[in-house]
Amino acid sequence: MNLTLQVWRQPGPEADGGLKEYQASDISPDMSFLEMLDVVNERLIEAGDLPIAFDHDCREGICGSCGMMINGVAHGPSKATATCQLHMRSFRDGDTIVIEPWRARAFPVIRDLVVNRGALDRIIAAGGFISAPTGSAQDANAIPVSKQDSDAAMDAAACIGCGACVAACPNGSASLFTGAKISHLGLLPQGQPERFRRALNMVTQMDLENFGHCTLFGECQEACPKQISIDVISRMNRDFLRAAVTAPSDRAASGGDG
Amino acid sequence: MSIELNARIPAGPLAAKWDKHRFEMKLVNPANKRKYTIIVVGSGLAGGAAAATLSELGYNVRCYCYQDSPRRAHSIAAQGGINAAKNYQNDGDSIQRLFYDTIKGGDFRAREANVYRLAQISVNIIDQCVAQGVPFAREYGGLLANRSFGGAQVSRTFYARGQTGQQLLLGAYQALEKEIAKGGVTMFPRAEMLDLIVVNGRARGIVVRDELTGRIEPHLADAVVLATGGYGNVFYLSTNAKGCNATAIWRAHKRGAAFANPCYTQIHPTCIPVAGEHQSKLTLMSESLRNDGRVWVPKRKEDVGKNPTDIPEQDRDYYLERKYPSFGNLSPRDIASRAAKEACDEGRGVGPGGRGVYLDFADAIKRLGEDRIRERYGNLFEMYERITAENPYKVPMRIYPAVHYTMGGLWVDYNLMSTIPGLHVAGEANFSDHGANRLGASALMQGLADGYFVLPNTIGDYLASTRLESVSADAPDVKAAVADVEKRTRTLLGINGKRTVASLHRELGRIMWEYCGMARDAGGLKKALELIPQLREEFWRDVRIPGAGTELNQTLEHAGRVADFLELGELMCRDALHREESCGGHFRTEHQTPDGEALRDDEHFAYVAAWEWQGEGKPQQLNKEPLVYENIKLSQRSYK
Ligand SMILES: Cc1cc2nc3c(=O)[nH]c(=O)nc-3n(C[C@H](O)[C@H](O)[C@H](O)COP(=O)(O)OP(=O)(O)OC[C@H]3O[C@@H](n4cnc5c(N)ncnc54)[C@H](O)[C@@H]3O)c2cc1C
Ligand code: FES
Repeated sequence: MNLTLQVWRQPGPEADGGLKEYQASDISPDMSFLEMLDVVNERLIEAGDLPIAFDHDCREGICGSCGMMINGVAHGPSKATATCQLHMRSFRDGDTIVIEPWRARAFPVIRDLVVNRGALDRIIAAGGFISAPTGSAQDANAIPVSKQDSDAAMDAAACIGCGACVAACPNGSASLFTGAKISHLGLLPQGQPERFRRALNMVTQMDLENFGHCTLFGECQEACPKQISIDVISRMNRDFLRAAVTAPSDRAASGGDG
Repeated sequence: MSIELNARIPAGPLAAKWDKHRFEMKLVNPANKRKYTIIVVGSGLAGGAAAATLSELGYNVRCYCYQDSPRRAHSIAAQGGINAAKNYQNDGDSIQRLFYDTIKGGDFRAREANVYRLAQISVNIIDQCVAQGVPFAREYGGLLANRSFGGAQVSRTFYARGQTGQQLLLGAYQALEKEIAKGGVTMFPRAEMLDLIVVNGRARGIVVRDELTGRIEPHLADAVVLATGGYGNVFYLSTNAKGCNATAIWRAHKRGAAFANPCYTQIHPTCIPVAGEHQSKLTLMSESLRNDGRVWVPKRKEDVGKNPTDIPEQDRDYYLERKYPSFGNLSPRDIASRAAKEACDEGRGVGPGGRGVYLDFADAIKRLGEDRIRERYGNLFEMYERITAENPYKVPMRIYPAVHYTMGGLWVDYNLMSTIPGLHVAGEANFSDHGANRLGASALMQGLADGYFVLPNTIGDYLASTRLESVSADAPDVKAAVADVEKRTRTLLGINGKRTVASLHRELGRIMWEYCGMARDAGGLKKALELIPQLREEFWRDVRIPGAGTELNQTLEHAGRVADFLELGELMCRDALHREESCGGHFRTEHQTPDGEALRDDEHFAYVAAWEWQGEGKPQQLNKEPLVYENIKLSQRSYK
């Protein structure tokens, strides 16, 4: 197939960027989207140009490295599919494809399609864990967990931290990401002791970063390659509210030792 | 000069060694731990677990990864599960059995004491992970579920759908973030280690390139841990993530760390076959699928082009069930991979190029229903369909072996310390526990054992029993290491030739796959030993790396990794050539039993081959650590 690409090129964080047009000819429909970009990049290098920078690693839809806006849609046209798992058979010969980086205030562009998603790590650091230092655990079967709770926790834990939810949200909110971790841990008995403190600290951190507020558009769950349900946001809001009411002293202590 | 390979295995009965050793090791006073800085390169299961735990103990930790977040380490991609000798199923498992299965699976080329300790620690790992909130699969009664994996007749594998590695890594990553927030760990993402700093014979730091700014700087410490994963990408196509590399361990090798058993590579039997020249990586279909899927090819060559569902039962050859009746579809990986290659070599392979065999779920679906199968493997089936556009609920999957794991790595003693004092190596980056073949679901176990439970103890002993002078950034050895990296970077950028890094990498991969892959022989290996230096010469003469060194330059990063693969590949071939026997993943066609199984030579090759760097342009020297079996009788592996 032959395609026309319009790709966002930006040499550095402070530099201006813009769309540049490239022809991607002789592309096989069996290629993944990133393999198509590999081919384009090799040709750019051979022609003496700079290749298009983009993040990727596992190419199996699990590490969360990849991610770009493809024709204005986070991760492109296939549902529940990360960019690396998208295949060219989803496009038609002659198509024009516009490729841009995640667009969100909290994700500054580093170069071309590469953005800085460090804010997501900081949200986890604020409380997205269960404090169980190595060596302190009891036998794994000592706490039974109902299959239903465990499955629901796993549904939320499937998040790959790619940031598509933020990029898809008109407000640039990280609520799906944050809610997913709060739900994963909050649904399990092991997560109960820190449950409200966790919600409070993570939501507080989310607000400190440049993320927008959630107004329940629902675009995030549409864009999520792991189909995480927007229900996790309701859960986050419930836990946060309860925490804000019952544990005001915890808030002052937030920002780290959670 | 020959290095001393002292494995430092504690004396005493096997089952008591680790306990005794822990008692005998020196401890660092809690108040003093803060004064020690430990560098951990890698944030996968091994590195993430080690960094978090060392910080919990009170050490000052600096952790590095090349991705933009520690959560993206390649461990995230592990699908199938993690072994542990919990015996929750009451099916006859025990620490002794996991130990025995691992030694046997490794074709009697691993160290007894290390493997026994691994089996002992396995039970603590599951406890630890559950406490962290890892959502392992459970039964309706609320207790943990298990599945079976290759090379075992008990059900001891714990799993979280098809995303076990992801969930285990998120557990370690969350513990790591908790410690980052506390200030115990400083995290350096998008940072690549490009050299090891050795001062007075001890590892005292690393040279790091910041991928965003290109700045090259020394980072100093009292001890260094490399947990940088495997080197399967030397084959270009593998199931590893694109960034996986040998750079950290290779540079350490060139600074004096012995490299053990480089030729032991694992080819995984169930991967999605290559679709074409553009292929950039191969996708694994978890071994757990072999619990319910049946592997077959047509009995007759003439049938390979037929629609599989039109081939009647009597015309199919379920070759694993036929050749290995007691393990059947769950035969170990090396055996299953070779059997697939043989079937395809006979012209009975299916799919493009005849390089594929069927993995068929029709019987399981008939027996259990589509819903049960979806529950067990749903995400794997979806992944398969996304890549191939075929529906595996309706037509059998097509699979073919692919490079998956490297058992070789830096040589370490019982304390996981390399031949450079102060340099510790954990996870896939070391050679320790899997001998010549790793059993499924044992890498996650080993990475977490090393990171959570072994290193935090043994590093304390090293620090407590070593007097370390202070080292500053302008010490001559430090400056020289930094200057080396700067020079190399300048050289790479200055070549400005014609060939892309990717094309050179693909060419190396083809040589390695052809001559140092699933089956090896002296003629082919000698050929590879001629071709690789030629390709290396071409690389340094004709590679083209556009852009500058002072900014994000992904081509430059890739080039540095390929340059190291071009040296490592040669050592792998030399190791494979010297090992005149077949064992596990190393199959020399000259050495096989009459029915085509690997033929070991215990009399001459029951040792670890530890190669020692001798300087540029000189072949490495071979050192041998004899493998002494006091508790297990060596036998020919049989899965029949
Ligand atoms: C597709 C797939 C599925 C698998 N499934 C299973 C399974 O079901 N069960 C099982 O037991 N095993 C499985 N394995 C094997 C297992 O996942 C790996 O062996 C294991 O996760 C390796 O962990 P690690 O911590 O040693 O290294 P990795 O997870 O690879 O981590 C390496 C770390 O080192 C960093 N790094 C590397 N080089 C540098 C450098 N030069 N500078 C700075 N940082 C660097 C990386 O950024 C990363 O953080 C699977 C492997 C693959 C490929
Ligand atoms: S590259 Fe890992 S999710 Fe796409």
